Amino acid sequence: MLDTAVLAQLKALLPAEALLTDEEDTRPYECDGLTIYRERPSAVVLPETEAQVVAILRICHAARVPVVARGAGTSLSGGALPDRDGIVLSLARLKRIVAIDTLARTAVVQPGVRNLAISEAVAAHGLYYAPDPSSQIACTIGGNVAENAGGVHCLKYGLTVHNVRRVRGALITGETVEFGGESLDSAGLDLLALVTGSEGLLAVMTEITVKLTPRPQLAQVACAAFDDVEQAGAAVGAVIGAGIIPGGLEMMDQPATRAVEQYVHADYPLDAAAVLLVESDGTPEEVADEMAEIRRVLTASGATSIRVSKDERERLLLWSGRKAAFPAVGRISPDYYCIDGTIPRKALPRVLRQTAVWSKEFGLACANVFHAGDGNLHPLILFDANRAGEIEKTVAFGDRILELCIEVGGTVTGEHGVGIEKLSTMCVQFAPDELEAFHAVKAAFDERRLLNPGKAVPTLQRCAEFGRMHVHHGQLRHPDLPRY
Amino acid sequence: MTHDPGSARTTPSDAAIDAIRDAVVRAGEARTPLRIVGGGTKDFYGESLEGRPLDLRGVAGIVDYDPTELVIVARAGTPIDEVERTMAAAGQMLAFEPPRFAPGGTLGGAVAAGLSGPRRPYAGAVRDLVLGAKIVDGRGRHLAFGGRVMKNVAGFDLSRLMCGAMGTLGVVTEVSLKCLPRPKAEETRVWELSSDEAIRRVNEWGGQPLPISATCWHHGTLAVRFSGAASAVASAVGRLGGAPVPHADAFWESVRDHVHTFFHAAMRGAHPLWRLSVKSTAPHADLGGEQLIEWGGALRWLAATPRTDVAKLRAWAVAQGGHATMFRADELLAGSFHPLPPVIGALHRRLKAAFDPHTILNPGRTGWYA
Repeated sequence: MLDTAVLAQLKALLPAEALLTDEEDTRPYECDGLTIYRERPSAVVLPETEAQVVAILRICHAARVPVVARGAGTSLSGGALPDRDGIVLSLARLKRIVAIDTLARTAVVQPGVRNLAISEAVAAHGLYYAPDPSSQIACTIGGNVAENAGGVHCLKYGLTVHNVRRVRGALITGETVEFGGESLDSAGLDLLALVTGSEGLLAVMTEITVKLTPRPQLAQVACAAFDDVEQAGAAVGAVIGAGIIPGGLEMMDQPATRAVEQYVHADYPLDAAAVLLVESDGTPEEVADEMAEIRRVLTASGATSIRVSKDERERLLLWSGRKAAFPAVGRISPDYYCIDGTIPRKALPRVLRQTAVWSKEFGLACANVFHAGDGNLHPLILFDANRAGEIEKTVAFGDRILELCIEVGGTVTGEHGVGIEKLSTMCVQFAPDELEAFHAVKAAFDERRLLNPGKAVPTLQRCAEFGRMHVHHGQLRHPDLPRY
Repeated sequence: MTHDPGSARTTPSDAAIDAIRDAVVRAGEARTPLRIVGGGTKDFYGESLEGRPLDLRGVAGIVDYDPTELVIVARAGTPIDEVERTMAAAGQMLAFEPPRFAPGGTLGGAVAAGLSGPRRPYAGAVRDLVLGAKIVDGRGRHLAFGGRVMKNVAGFDLSRLMCGAMGTLGVVTEVSLKCLPRPKAEETRVWELSSDEAIRRVNEWGGQPLPISATCWHHGTLAVRFSGAASAVASAVGRLGGAPVPHADAFWESVRDHVHTFFHAAMRGAHPLWRLSVKSTAPHADLGGEQLIEWGGALRWLAATPRTDVAKLRAWAVAQGGHATMFRADELLAGSFHPLPPVIGALHRRLKAAFDPHTILNPGRTGWYA
């Protein structure tokens, strides 16, 4: 529970509607997009200005109260899960687009601005904000920076870290800081890169300058069907081997295609073992040339059919299935659990084969969507949380997949972040000395460990404990306990 | 050349790396500074060179390269030339166009210095293309961060932090980088324009879907390089016009490597060459010397003269959203790097203490930790 003196200070600072403490008001903040972990916060604060953010942090720092910053709460890794003894610092009301500079192609925005709202605000100038996580209608730019969010176009246009110029914010002490600048690099260490993807552990953002990209004149997508997943994987390598960096390069396996077809009716080839979506963008001449080359490579790689979008409506329809894969799977299963490993692409057949074996072993169905261009795999495990033991089984299945991702030279998280979810698998990916280096970085920014404590980097103690559990076939010793 | 990547976690325990670790541990015990050396091609860059040389050229070789994965993994001491030759054979390139100020530069040196060439605003800097790094920290621990996959958000992004850290946080032993295909076509066009007109134009063009891959303005001439599909390059130059340039590759290399006449003249003089990294739309300002403008307006090189007022040019750079570095002078000078704001400076000192508690790695090379 929150100290009454701290609560009184917050009350004095904020208008009544910006401080939530009643159970019915704080309940919506008990989890983020990863709903299997929940914790009700003692209080939620909703500042509207940087000065308020700074004052809140000073109060919490002095009283040693944990602070969990939160955007739209769409994290899939539990990054915004509240701390029992702390407050949730919602940045949702810092939602102003501060400035748009069309000549310099930058926008200055507050962290609560939604990802898509930036692109909408600059569309009239032929510009957009390139990273497009599938939650872009709802997710905020602050959350995107905290997680270094990706999307379906990042092979060509980069991740959040490649599209952010400057972050202004405050340390837990309330000291204001600016990382990066309006220039392309800044003096000293690249703290902008360090803060991007730091999952709210290092600083709280109050303002972000993003880079805007000219919208390509034309984009077309090819939807190619394959009889076999390995062939589709090889086709991805062949496209890249031909010197093409497609605007988007995505794969769905048959369970995924069938789930999304019922949802979006895009007329996907349902008999295909795998479907590839390959997008080309640029000038009309460039797209025509590149699409001809893509067709040639896909045909040579064994595509059984290729459908190229004839207009923008058809292009968006073909993408809609991929972008709606999660909710579509949500409709055919009471619950689903999205895994986020990245692997070297050539390991795809092995990982998919093994996933299918485990799917049978655990008795849990699994659909695969894959950012094939950059090796980011999203197996969606279908389960029913109301069935006893099924959550634990699902998590164990997911951890197996992630450990396999590490084994083949990949990582436990490509774009969703570690949050609370992947703390255990982090112990497998990193050696104790490396985890210690992460903790040392955390301490350099936040000595009292108050910003989003317990997330992103596991304690060595936890890893030691996990190591023992791991020997027991990955089964948790106390499956009923929340896992930090 | 395809190698089995095996486990990303495996830390090679070969003699070369063990020797680096031993040297760091011994230096830490004796509190004697180490000066990390690759090809020594950027010894002019920094504030002072102190300590016993720790030569990384023995930690060399390409560890893994599979062009269809778009990733190359190489040891720090691998010559840049070898990396680029290997990639060129597969039709790929290091898109940040690492500058060569002299022959013999290494990949580790390029990453540690964090400098990028003309393609930077369009294809990314070193830090944008680095996917993973292994370092020996100031305690002699060999640590691996990031990895060899395109997307990886596990743990803090310490591999990007090593880019441009000048070896002050750790001895980089291995890096993995994203590779990009070499453009199928490339053409350069020039226009006679004033500096302000050139700045305006490159920014306007930057907001249009044009395949620009480099810009350089100097002495009334703007050069723009277009790269990409042959049809895209043809339609861009068809629309924008300009005069064709013979030997364009050699021109861009001369800008990248500072052998262009502007840099020659600057370095012949008794005054330093300044690097001003600013907002791309910053208007041209008389800072007491000739300028060469790259990066779509975002990078201004200044050949200083007796008229140059350091305080004034630093203030100008800050007002234009950036910073100014005394890049090259007759001797290494304290205060070359732009001063850091107090809170940022304090963060630097705490990070330095975390990675290099005995302050033995390239101390004095930067002024960040004083």
